[in-house]
Amino acid sequence: MAPEHDLPPQQPLLHMDGITKSFPGVRALDGVALEVLPGEVHCLLGQNGAGKSTLIKVLAGVHQPDDGAITWQGEQVTLRSPIAAMRLGIATIYQELDLVTHLSVAENVFLGHEPTSAGFVVRGREAKERAAQLLKRLGHPEIDPGTLVGRLSAAHQQIVSMARALSHEVRLIVMDEPSAALDPDEVENLFRIVGDLTADGVAVVYISHRLEEIRRIGDRVTVLKDGRAVAVGLPAKTTPTSEVVSLMTGRNVEYVFPERPAEAAAGKALLKTEGLSREGEFEPLDLEVRPGEIVGLAGLVGSGRSEILETIFGARKASSGRVLVDGEELKPGSVRAAVRAGLGLAPEERKHQALLMLESVTRNVSVSSMSRFSRSGWLDRRAEFTAAQKAVRELSLRPDNPAVPVRTLSGGNQQKAVLARWLLRGCKVLLLDEPTRGVDVGARAELYAVIRRLADEGLGVLLVSSEVPEVLGLADRVLVLREGRVVHTSPAQELDEHRVLDLVMEGSPAT
Amino acid sequence: MTTPASKADQDGREAATVLAAPKEPSKPSSRRLTFFRADTQTLSLLGVLIALIVAGGITKPDNFLAVDNFQLMITQASVIGVVTVGMTFVIISGGIDLSVGAIVALASVWATTVATQEFGFWGILFTAILVGVACGLVNGVLIAFGRMVPFIATLAMLASARGLALQITDGSTQSVTVTSVVELNYKDSYVLGIPPLALIFAGVAVIGWLVLNRTTFGRRTVAVGGNDEAARLAGIDVRRQRLYVYLLSGLCCGIAAFMLIALTSSGQNTNGNLYELDAIAACIIGGTLLSGGRGTIVGAVLGVLIFQTITNIFYLNNLETATQQIAKGAIIVVAVLVQNRTSRNQTT
Repeated sequence: MAPEHDLPPQQPLLHMDGITKSFPGVRALDGVALEVLPGEVHCLLGQNGAGKSTLIKVLAGVHQPDDGAITWQGEQVTLRSPIAAMRLGIATIYQELDLVTHLSVAENVFLGHEPTSAGFVVRGREAKERAAQLLKRLGHPEIDPGTLVGRLSAAHQQIVSMARALSHEVRLIVMDEPSAALDPDEVENLFRIVGDLTADGVAVVYISHRLEEIRRIGDRVTVLKDGRAVAVGLPAKTTPTSEVVSLMTGRNVEYVFPERPAEAAAGKALLKTEGLSREGEFEPLDLEVRPGEIVGLAGLVGSGRSEILETIFGARKASSGRVLVDGEELKPGSVRAAVRAGLGLAPEERKHQALLMLESVTRNVSVSSMSRFSRSGWLDRRAEFTAAQKAVRELSLRPDNPAVPVRTLSGGNQQKAVLARWLLRGCKVLLLDEPTRGVDVGARAELYAVIRRLADEGLGVLLVSSEVPEVLGLADRVLVLREGRVVHTSPAQELDEHRVLDLVMEGSPAT
Repeated sequence: MTTPASKADQDGREAATVLAAPKEPSKPSSRRLTFFRADTQTLSLLGVLIALIVAGGITKPDNFLAVDNFQLMITQASVIGVVTVGMTFVIISGGIDLSVGAIVALASVWATTVATQEFGFWGILFTAILVGVACGLVNGVLIAFGRMVPFIATLAMLASARGLALQITDGSTQSVTVTSVVELNYKDSYVLGIPPLALIFAGVAVIGWLVLNRTTFGRRTVAVGGNDEAARLAGIDVRRQRLYVYLLSGLCCGIAAFMLIALTSSGQNTNGNLYELDAIAACIIGGTLLSGGRGTIVGAVLGVLIFQTITNIFYLNNLETATQQIAKGAIIVVAVLVQNRTSRNQTT
């Protein structure tokens, strides 16, 4: 269906055309178009990695596009910096709030453009009064402009962020998943604010995963997929859900997944959780991973996926429940106990949580098994090197020489180095958090094959990914999570991407 | 294993083995060479040291190039050198130890009280080391288990240890009457012209090098300093490792205190003044990253020798201490600027 372009009566506020942006190894945006009218709520939809964040960062002046034109109120502009964007009247409220926690509300609102006397003396009282007015306009007169931002709840911090946006002459506000951190009441207030803003002629670019929100407040929808705009300006209220979902999921790239074993994994559970929970993150969870089985957890950001893995691994302490590996209960909150029992974690933030970036591949691989290559503390470096080389070759890591620094490897090979670490340690269950993040498309198939092969050799694998096709293609069994709760469990073959997205997106936040 | 993916994988592995085959024989030899392999950093530090020696030889050929003078320089460098070896471990682990000078002072006065001296040579040595390790233990427990910032915990130790040292001596100098200790610094005890204190320094440096590069302890220290979250998730006991490095630093301070007692035949509460700054500076110009995760003993030792040579040259040329301090400051700045450039080249 051709997107309906009932010609706008007024001149568009913003028109972006052919926006292209590449990062090393990834083309994040590939000729994206976006048109926003004054006073409309324009929704931006797309899966993780579709290019939404990059697009709004281009709009905010954080990233400079490689190619393409931005027209603002009929004039072509270049957004050289966040300040340039702000001067035009474009404000962005990011998902990770960018507030200074040990400054007051008023100081945060006017950070960088404080009302001053003689150019440098901050007029604190005026700042407080103006901040109070803004907060009242946003429906939160109870927030004291003198409070430190760090003492406020996440929801109130977001209000402060919005007040900061409104403290400028703003014509367009970009909101990146503003409802993710909010309770239902607060979401209502957010909608009211959005309504007030648009009534004043301010345009809002609204990013959310929740389709029902988009139906309520959105005017038009632009759908991004793999760095392209696949639909521009669809009517938000009337486009059927199935159409939106298929626009989001229709892929150019077909991943090659390894074949599943003919028979479902049997045998005693290698990993088992019983009523495992963490307050405010995820509800009591029972799951089992058997030898040779890949179990996938599907869900959106904030659904508790990573938290579950880290709690099983002991990096976070469970509020209740227990974890059993091979029938033995793990000491809660102890990574060392988990490693000793045979768990291995490939964390989401590979560079920050797994790799010693200054070190060689050998040292990164051997770090968890050093006692095997040492006698009363003295390392046998030859044995270490040989063992690392063997593990590295088993996973066909490139380059084949483990003496090279790990930072010189590609994302996929860095991930293999992390897997090699656990392989060398002789672990029984691998916990994989976003194993293909930052791994280019070509290398993914190889990584999938490696993961399947490890499972075939008898390991249990618990996989988390925000890319639904990856979970469905690789896992044997899938648990679908929404807001910390398992809403569906079934063999992967019985699910498709539509069904999973319906499950994770439908409905309002749990109350 | 008949899926296309795993077949491709096997092919890949074969290819890999073929590729690697010619490299294989050279591998062990290249690893054996690492002991002698000097990176550009070590070479440039050596270059600086040689340039300084040449400068000293030109300005004061008679005084500077005398054997006596070299013996004096190495003896003076030895005390701070031992402290610097401990400091290198602390900084590599991502920490800092501001209390080293104060610990040296406290250990030196505690080991030279009349009561301790009754136990002779071993009494003095044992007390100095025990006091050093005990102070390191307090630092380590506060930092690793009390979750205090190293800067603050060791700053507190700096103040308290100095205060306690003053209280013990009441400001007076405690002379050492145990001749076997004092004799360590006599010409007669030199081994082939090398002062015993320099031998202690050499021993500590070699052991430090071995521990850092050849043991699991060294590896864990580097891992904790390079990325403590990754180290924790790899199953390393990060807190225990933190505790150990401060213990090690305390141990080095205890040894240094004993050496200082031998060197000065006394214990004073003003001993080890500003050692923390000299040790940190020597580590930094030796290429140890203040943010942790990378550092070398060889670099730290060269850093100590460079500073000592500068001091000596300035002294022989009757230049003021003030000028000397300015020169040291300039060297630190230049060294770090050069390092930043090289590390930037490596990461991009």
